[in-house]
Amino acid sequence: MNHNWNFASVFAYWEVLAVGLWGTLVLFVICTGLGLSGGLIMGMLRYSKSRWVNYPARLYVEVFRNTPVLVQIIWFFFALPVLTGIEVTPFLAAILGITLNTIAFSAEVFRGGIQSIEREQWEAGKAIGMSYGQTMRRVILPQALKRMLPPLTSRGIEVFKMSTLASVVAYPETLQQAKLIASYEYNPIEAYTVVALIFFVVLLPMVQLTYVLERRFGKSDA
Amino acid sequence: MTNAVEIRELHKSFGDLEVLKGIDLDVAQGEAVVLLGSSGSGKSTLLRCINFMEEPTSGRVSLNGDLIGTEQGGRMRYRESDLCQLRTRIGMVFQHFNLFPHKTVLENVMEGQVIVLGRSKAEAKEKAMAQLARVGLEEKAPEYPARLSGGQKQRVAIARALAMDPEVMLFDEVTSALDPELVGEVLKTMRQLAEEGMTMVCVTHEIGFAYHVANKVCFLHQGQILEQGAPQVVLKTPETSRVREFLEGHSLFKLPE
Ligand SMILES: Nc1ncnc2c1ncn2[C@@H]1O[C@H](COP(=O)(O)OP(=O)(O)O)[C@@H](O)[C@H]1O
Ligand SMILES: [Mg+2]
Repeated sequence: MNHNWNFASVFAYWEVLAVGLWGTLVLFVICTGLGLSGGLIMGMLRYSKSRWVNYPARLYVEVFRNTPVLVQIIWFFFALPVLTGIEVTPFLAAILGITLNTIAFSAEVFRGGIQSIEREQWEAGKAIGMSYGQTMRRVILPQALKRMLPPLTSRGIEVFKMSTLASVVAYPETLQQAKLIASYEYNPIEAYTVVALIFFVVLLPMVQLTYVLERRFGKSDA
Repeated sequence: MTNAVEIRELHKSFGDLEVLKGIDLDVAQGEAVVLLGSSGSGKSTLLRCINFMEEPTSGRVSLNGDLIGTEQGGRMRYRESDLCQLRTRIGMVFQHFNLFPHKTVLENVMEGQVIVLGRSKAEAKEKAMAQLARVGLEEKAPEYPARLSGGQKQRVAIARALAMDPEVMLFDEVTSALDPELVGEVLKTMRQLAEEGMTMVCVTHEIGFAYHVANKVCFLHQGQILEQGAPQVVLKTPETSRVREFLEGHSLFKLPE
């Protein structure tokens, strides 16, 4: 095996790659933002005592947790327009697939986090006259969020990588752009190596940052 | 003078299990009442019905002359907002302290004052420091609960309840989870409160505390009050064999002659 590495043939297209990285970042920001806030709401619904609320929420969570994101993106892109007449761009299909999945995932994290707080904490809030909402907001959520931080940050990192799935509908994110370069220059080895390197270089500091966050937030508990 | 707490014909069931079977109890203002009884006799449930952590199945509870709830079709109805308001008037201290671990000692004692009573931060802080001084823990104000001993945690929990200026304090086995050498400091705090005239209802197995501090002891058995009266009477010359056995079987049964 004697490959003549020629990275110059990739870097000549750095503008194409920059567009891809930008596309990746946009997907990441939108999908984590919507996914986490939607997940908090869905998690609350899932935790609700009313069946009319928590059964549909549960159905939602199970559907999206138990189907692959890749399939969802493809489905939203190819099937949804035919079924509903709504035009679905690659961007929208990717956002839908990754966000809806992230909502389902983080809903379970939120629900689990809330449930992990001891009943005694509810009692303590109640005993000083706090309402359900006040106890949830002031006592339960702050403690639960601390425990949820590790799974949520690792989900964020997962979403960053998941964004490459959008290439299946030709949304211009990093992998998709590298595909383009590879098809012009017949240099798939270099092109995809660069994609891996880009992800590694961006994610490594992000992951280190999450470690710092987790240590900082984990302090008062012991 | 109206009683601080008046309980009439109180019943409480959990599903098919009737835990309280008609309790009548008066707690005068400034009085310290101790509830005794073996495990499962309904002491905690009775205590929790006073501040409506549990809703009674039937019966009436009054706090300083105010009947809790409204009667509708021969049943008492309770509005959650009224119960929240009621609970601000009654302090409760738990066996396992239940401090807020994500808040400092000071914040623990300020929380209810600010969030529930709507006091300003400055006022709440001043009151919190005063209550912490009362339980001897001023210097722990900036610490997190995890850094305190069990006895200190429990005294913070007492300060947190006191900061709401309650009309009555409820104590549910507040020394049971403590190492023996830490029990004394908490009992001392409670005794001091009683001497200052705080109205208190305490579930405890500390017979010595009951003997020296209580104005009245009530012995619960299978959801009913079997005996009640002055501690010097009930603890020294119990009428029923049940109470006698309970006292004899009690490892902490050492009364001064
Ligand atoms: N929330 C509850 N649900 C069902 N049963 C309960 C509940 N709380 C207490 N009980 C039952 O009521 C009885 C009295 O309990 P409790 O008041 O805690 O007794 P004590 O404090 O005297 O040990 C016990 O049999 C207990 O199992
Ligand atoms: Mg009990």
